[in-house]
Order: sequence, then C-alpha cells, then structure tokens
Amino acid sequence: MAKDDMLTLLKLMLEYVLPTLKLFAFTLLFSIPAGMIVALLKMCKIKPISWLTNIYILIMRGTPLMLQVIVAFYFIPTVQKNDSAPELLRKFLSGVSIRGNYIFWAVLVAFVLNYAAYFAEIFRGGIESIPKGQYEAAGALGFSRLQTFFRIILPQVVKRVIPASSNEVITLVKDTSLANTVGYMELIYIAETQSSRLSSLVPLFMAGVMYFVMASVLTLLFSFIEKKFNYYK
Amino acid sequence: MAMLEVKNLSKSFDELEVLKDISFDVQKGEVVAIIGPSGSGKSTLLRCINQLEKANGGEINVCGTDMLIKNAKGKTVYADSKVLRAIRLKTGLVFQNFNLFPHMSVLRNITEAPVCVLKQNKEDAKKNAMSLLKKMGLETKADSYPCELSGGQQQRVSIARALALSPEILFFDEPTSALDPELTGEILKVIKSLAADGMTMVIVTHEMAFARDVADKVIFMEHGYIVEMGAPEQLFGENASDRVKQFLQRFNS
Repeated sequence: MAKDDMLTLLKLMLEYVLPTLKLFAFTLLFSIPAGMIVALLKMCKIKPISWLTNIYILIMRGTPLMLQVIVAFYFIPTVQKNDSAPELLRKFLSGVSIRGNYIFWAVLVAFVLNYAAYFAEIFRGGIESIPKGQYEAAGALGFSRLQTFFRIILPQVVKRVIPASSNEVITLVKDTSLANTVGYMELIYIAETQSSRLSSLVPLFMAGVMYFVMASVLTLLFSFIEKKFNYYK
Repeated sequence: MAMLEVKNLSKSFDELEVLKDISFDVQKGEVVAIIGPSGSGKSTLLRCINQLEKANGGEINVCGTDMLIKNAKGKTVYADSKVLRAIRLKTGLVFQNFNLFPHMSVLRNITEAPVCVLKQNKEDAKKNAMSLLKKMGLETKADSYPCELSGGQQQRVSIARALALSPEILFFDEPTSALDPELTGEILKVIKSLAADGMTMVIVTHEMAFARDVADKVIFMEHGYIVEMGAPEQLFGENASDRVKQFLQRFNS
C-alpha cells in the first residue's frame, strides 16, 4: 500500500474512533450511577426488591451482551408491528421513531443495563467490605444515615472498588465492538469494510492498535487514580 | 443528679439471654468501672445504652431524658428517633478498636461531627479540635492519617473525637484491650485526667488496678447479671463475695 493511501485510511479510521468513544463514555456516564442504585436495591431489606434485583443481575450477567444488544435493537420496532403485544406497551412505544439516532440509543440501553449489573456487584462488594465499626462510630457521633453513607462509607468504597472497576472499564472499550452487530458504525465496522474493499489486513491491524492505545491510556489513568488514593490505608 | 439510670434492663440474641435484670445508675461526675469475665455482657450493656443494640426490656434514662420506657400497657418502647438522636449527642463512646475514619486526617476525624451534626462553624470546630489534640499530646499529628499513628495515638484521637461533641457522659468499651501493655498506660493516663476534670464516665475494662484507682463505683458482671456493685474498697477488699475474689485472684498472680 502506498504511503498516501495509508494516511487516508488512517484518517478515515480515526473518524470512526469517535462513535466508539461516544458509546463508551455514555455507557460509563449512566451505568456507574445506575450500578450504585442497583447495588443499594440488592442490599435492600425489603425482600421482594432485593429478590427482583437479583433476577435482573442474574439475567444480565448470564446472557451474552451481543444477544442483549440485538434484543434491545429489535424490541421497539417488533412491538410496534405486533398486534398481540399489550395495548398499553404499544401505545407507549408507538411514538418512538426508529430513524436518526435510534441505533445508538438502543445499543446504549443494552450496554447500560448490562454494565450496571456488573458495576452493582463490584459496588456491593465494596460497601459490604466496610467494617461495621465505621457505621457504629458514625452513629455514636450523631451522623444521620445519609450523612454516614455519603461522608463516611462512600469515600472508602470508592478506593476499594477502583481496581475491579478498572477491569470493567477496560473491557467496555473492547465490548463497544459488539454494537456493530446491529449496524452501529464504529471502529470495527470501518475496519471490516475497508479490509474487504482493499483485500488487506492493514485496516484490521490498525483497529487493533487503536483499541490497544485506548485500553493502555485507561490502564495508566487508573494506576494514577489508585496512587492518588494511596494517602491512607 | 443522675446522668444515667438503667432499670431492669434485659437483652437477648435469639434464645440467648445476655443481659438479665440490669439496674444501676451513674451520678454526675462519677466514674463507674464495669468488670467481669469475657462473655458476661459488659460490652452488650454499653452497646444497649449507646443504641448500637436494641434492648428487649427495662428502662433507660440518659441525662434526664427517657430513652427506653415501659408504656401504659407494660410494653417496652423506645423514644422517637428525634429524641434518640438528641440523646446520642449527649453521650460519647470510645471503642476497643478505635473505629477512626481512615480516609480523614486526624483533624477532620475530630471536626467532622461538630461541623456536620452540630453545624458548628469550621474555624471554631478546628480551634476546639486543636485544643483537644493538645490535651492528648497530639498537636503535631493534626494532619496525619490514622494509619500513620500507633494504636495508643489512634485511641487518643478517638477520645478527642468523642470529646469534641462535649458529651455529658462518656462511655469506654475496653479502651485498652487492643493495645500492648506499654501503650495501655498512656490511655489510662488520659482517662485519669478526664476523671480529674469531673467528666462522668462508664468504663468497661480488664485493667483491675486501674478500675480500683480511678473508679468511684465498680460493677462486677457475670452471665448477664450484676453480681456485685459497690465502692472499689468493697469489691477489691476482704468483704467481697467469693466469686469476685476468685475472679480477681487471676489478676493478682
């Protein structure tokens, strides 16, 4: 391949890094707070709530993300066309347009639901690892339950969940490639089409390098954050 | 004036009764030591008074406020949550394993509750914390983190943290049991100086010599009962019951 062709190809592929990063960033933005809520629901003392949350986590972690993406993608159009679907659901979804950004949002819903389940288990582990004595000391000092959670417990949980969360975040960069299954145009999409157009492995190799660079930057970022939290044990 | 009144207090974990018919009171300025073998219910008693465990029966009155009472139907009920929280601010608790907040500096460990709970202004809280640290001989450690301190220093910080809320009565749950003998002395010295300042205190301890020296009243517990209660001269003297004598023998050898 000529040098100019390589440069053009590289430029084209870099353009498709953006949708990959967009899906990555939006998934994190929603799934981390959602994961915290799911973790709290799972620890809820009201049995049916923790029970239902448990089922949700089991399904999300027990089925392939690719399948979840496909279901999320076909769910709305299928319900809209299906006469036997519940009337209320059909009415509710009838207004949803499946043009424009539909693919992105459908994929995002699947990603957020999936990653929230994984984050929830990490956060629950973190919250449960805080010694009981911390709650007791806070209670004895008169902190309310909310103050105890936000001022005493949560800051300690953050430190403890960083290593496990970094794993999830790095996996997420690579998992964004699953969005290609339903036609979301990202890095894998362009690598594959260019590869077959040029009958060359170079686009695939380039995509690999790009994923590797993104994952490496995140690895560095997380080791930096971990060090920042090293001021206490 | 009674700072603490406990009447017929009982507590069980499932089938196991750990406190049975406990009654005693603590007057203003009094230092009460609770001694007894492990598993006798000493810590549970302190935890019930400090709302860390729910009692099953009896009455508790802290600084003139009813915390646990028998209602007209004879059922044991707690005061409402507002009252319970107000009581918590009048009492302080020092734990066996300190339970300092590891993510906060020594100074913030002490100022956090006055600022967030009592809504004290930050500067005042800081000034007060520094004078408490000075009293504890730790004024140079204000910016350190708990993990950088020795056990004895951590325990002194936790005493300062409890004192920062100006409690009217201070409880200690085996404050020296997690410390080696050399560090035990520094904590006992602090408690002695608090006693000299007239602080009302209830101390669960295994330090018999200390209990004898500093306490105005000693309570001996076993199997969830108060076996004997009285002035230290009585419990540590010739007229004590055989069980107390037998228990104390082990410490004198």
